[in-house]
Amino acid sequence: MDALNGLMDGFATALTPMNLLYACIGVILGTAVGVLPGIGPAMTVALLLPITYNVEPASAFIMFAGIYYGGMYGGSTTSILLNTPGESSSVITALEGNKMAKAGRAAQALATAAIGSFVAGSIGTALLVAFAPSIANLAVKLGAPSYFAIMLLALVAVTAVLGASKLRGFIALFLGLAIGLVGIDGLTGQNRLTLGMPLLSDGIDIVVIAVAIFAIGEALWVAAHLRRRPAEVIPVGRPWMGKEDWKRSWMPWLRGTAYGFPFGALPAGGAELPTFLSYVTERKLAKKPEEFGHGAIEGVAGPEAANNASAAGTLVPMLSLGLPTNATAAVMLAAMTGYGIQPGPALFEEHGDLVWALIASLFIGNALLLVLNLPLAPLWAKLLRTPRPYLYAGILFFASLGAYAVNLQWFDLALLLFFGLLGLLMRRFGLPTLPLIIGVILGPRLEIQLRQALQLGEGKWSTLFSEPVAVIVYVVIVLLFAAPLSSRLIRRTPKEA
Amino acid sequence: MVIVVAYSSDPSGKAALSFAIAEAKFRSAKVVVVNASRGDALVDPRFATTAGIREVDAELAAVEHEITQPIGLDVADLVLQEVERTGAELLVVGLRHRTPVGKLIMGSVSQRLLLDCPVPVFAVRPARD
Repeated sequence: MDALNGLMDGFATALTPMNLLYACIGVILGTAVGVLPGIGPAMTVALLLPITYNVEPASAFIMFAGIYYGGMYGGSTTSILLNTPGESSSVITALEGNKMAKAGRAAQALATAAIGSFVAGSIGTALLVAFAPSIANLAVKLGAPSYFAIMLLALVAVTAVLGASKLRGFIALFLGLAIGLVGIDGLTGQNRLTLGMPLLSDGIDIVVIAVAIFAIGEALWVAAHLRRRPAEVIPVGRPWMGKEDWKRSWMPWLRGTAYGFPFGALPAGGAELPTFLSYVTERKLAKKPEEFGHGAIEGVAGPEAANNASAAGTLVPMLSLGLPTNATAAVMLAAMTGYGIQPGPALFEEHGDLVWALIASLFIGNALLLVLNLPLAPLWAKLLRTPRPYLYAGILFFASLGAYAVNLQWFDLALLLFFGLLGLLMRRFGLPTLPLIIGVILGPRLEIQLRQALQLGEGKWSTLFSEPVAVIVYVVIVLLFAAPLSSRLIRRTPKEA
Repeated sequence: MVIVVAYSSDPSGKAALSFAIAEAKFRSAKVVVVNASRGDALVDPRFATTAGIREVDAELAAVEHEITQPIGLDVADLVLQEVERTGAELLVVGLRHRTPVGKLIMGSVSQRLLLDCPVPVFAVRPARD
C-alpha cells in the first residue's frame, strides 16, 4: 500500500497548475521532436538540461517525462505518413503503417497507433508502479560487488546486444568510459587525462557531452547532407477508427504491451527487438495474413503498443537501480546528478516524493498525449515542412547557450565543438551514440563501486565474486557473449560435416 | 522553340501549366516543366509527388515536353538555369497571393524571375472562385 500512497502524493504534486503546465510543454515538445526525424527526445532533454539550474526538480522531471513519452507518439506519425521513421523504435510501424496510409487508411493507422500507445503506456506505467519499488527494496540490500556486476551487465548488454556491430559498439563504449575518466581522481587526488589543462581537472560536465554528441553532432551531420529530394507525405484528416478496426486492434495492443514492458525493463531491452517480435507475432496470428505487407492494422497496433510499453519498462531499471538503458534515460539520469540526487536503489526512499511525482506525471502525460494527438495529427504533419536550416540554427543556438551556461567559461564551448566533431565522426563511421553516453554516465559510478568493493575486501579481487547475485550476473554476461558465438558454431558444424 | 514553365503543385502552378500548353499548341513549341525545390525541408508541398508528375505528364500528352525536378540553393536560379540551357523564348510563371507576413519573411521566386529572366516572362494568376 506504500506504493499507492506514494502515487497519490505524486498525483498531488503533479496536478498543481505549474507542474501541469510543465507536463503540457513536455508532451508538446516531445511530440514535435518525435515527429521530426533526426531530432529525438534524448537531444531535446540534453538541450533542456540547463533549465535544471533554476527549475524545481519535480517540475523538470515532469517535463522530461512528457518529452520522453511524447517522442514515442510523434515517431509513429512520421513513420505512417512519410515512411521515414522519426525514431528507431518506430521503424517497424512504418512497414504496415505507411502501406495503410497509401491505401487511404492513414486516419485509422494513426488512431490505432495513438490509442495503442495510450493503452500500452498506461499499463506499462502501472506495471512500473508495481515492480520498481520492490526491485529497489531488493537492490538496496545488494553490496558493492553485486552492484558493480549489474552495472557491468548493463554496459555490456547495451553495447553488445543493441546495434548492428559489436566492434563499433565497444569502440563507442570505451570512448565514453575514457571521457568519464577525465578529471581528478576522487580517491588519490591525481589528475587523469587532463593533458596538463587545469580547466579539465574538474572533469567534463555531462551537459556539455550530451549536448555535443546529440545536438552538435546531429546538426553537423545534417548540415553535411542538407539538400535532399523532399519526401512524399500522405495527406490525412483527423484520425478515427471503425468498429472493425477496434476489434482487430485490441488484442495486438495487449500482446505488444506484454512484449514491450519486460524488454524495456531488461538492461539491454530497447524498443527495437520487442517491436519486431510483436510484428512477427501479429503476422502469425492474423486472421488475414495475406493483408500483411499491404497495410494490416494489426502490424501497426502491436509494434506501437510494444514501443510505448518498453518506454515505461526502461524506467524500471532507471528508477530502481539507477541504470539507464536508452539515451533519453541516460540524459535524465544526468539531470538527476545535476540536482545532486544520487541515482540508485535508495532513490525511492530518499527522494520518494520526486520519483512518485515523475511516475504520476507519466499517467497524466499519457492522457494528455492521447487528447493532443488524435485531433492534431494533421498539424503535426505540417511541422515536417520546416526548412532544416531554421531548425538546426535554433538547435545550435540552444546547444551553445546550454554549454556556456554550465560554468560561464569559453572553454566549455571549445569542448562542445570538439565533442560535436566527435559526434559527427561517429555518425559518419556508424558508431552508435548510446554506448558512449552510457559509458560517460555509468563509468565513474562503476569505478566507485569497484573501488568500494576492493576496499572492503582489502584489495583482493576475489571479493568481486563474493556475493551470489554478482556471480549470477557474471554468468549472464558470459552467456551474452557465448550465445552468439555458439550459435555461429552450431550453424557452421553441419556445413563441415 | 521552347517554353519553360516554373511549375509548383498548387493552383498557380496549374494555371501556369495550362496556359503554357495552350501557348505551345498555338506556337507549336516544346514545353519544359521545371518543378524545383530547395530540398532543405523534409516535406515540400509545392514539389510534385510521383503521382503529381504523372498527372502533369498526362496533361502535356498533346505537345512535345520535358519535365525536370532540380534541387538546389535557390529555386529562381534553378529555373533561370533551365531557361538558359534550353534556349527558351518564353517563361511562364504562376503568381500567388501572399500574406503581408509572408512577404515580410520570404522572398518571392516569381519576382526574381520577372526581374532577372533574360527572355519575356508571362505571369498567370489562378482563376478566382
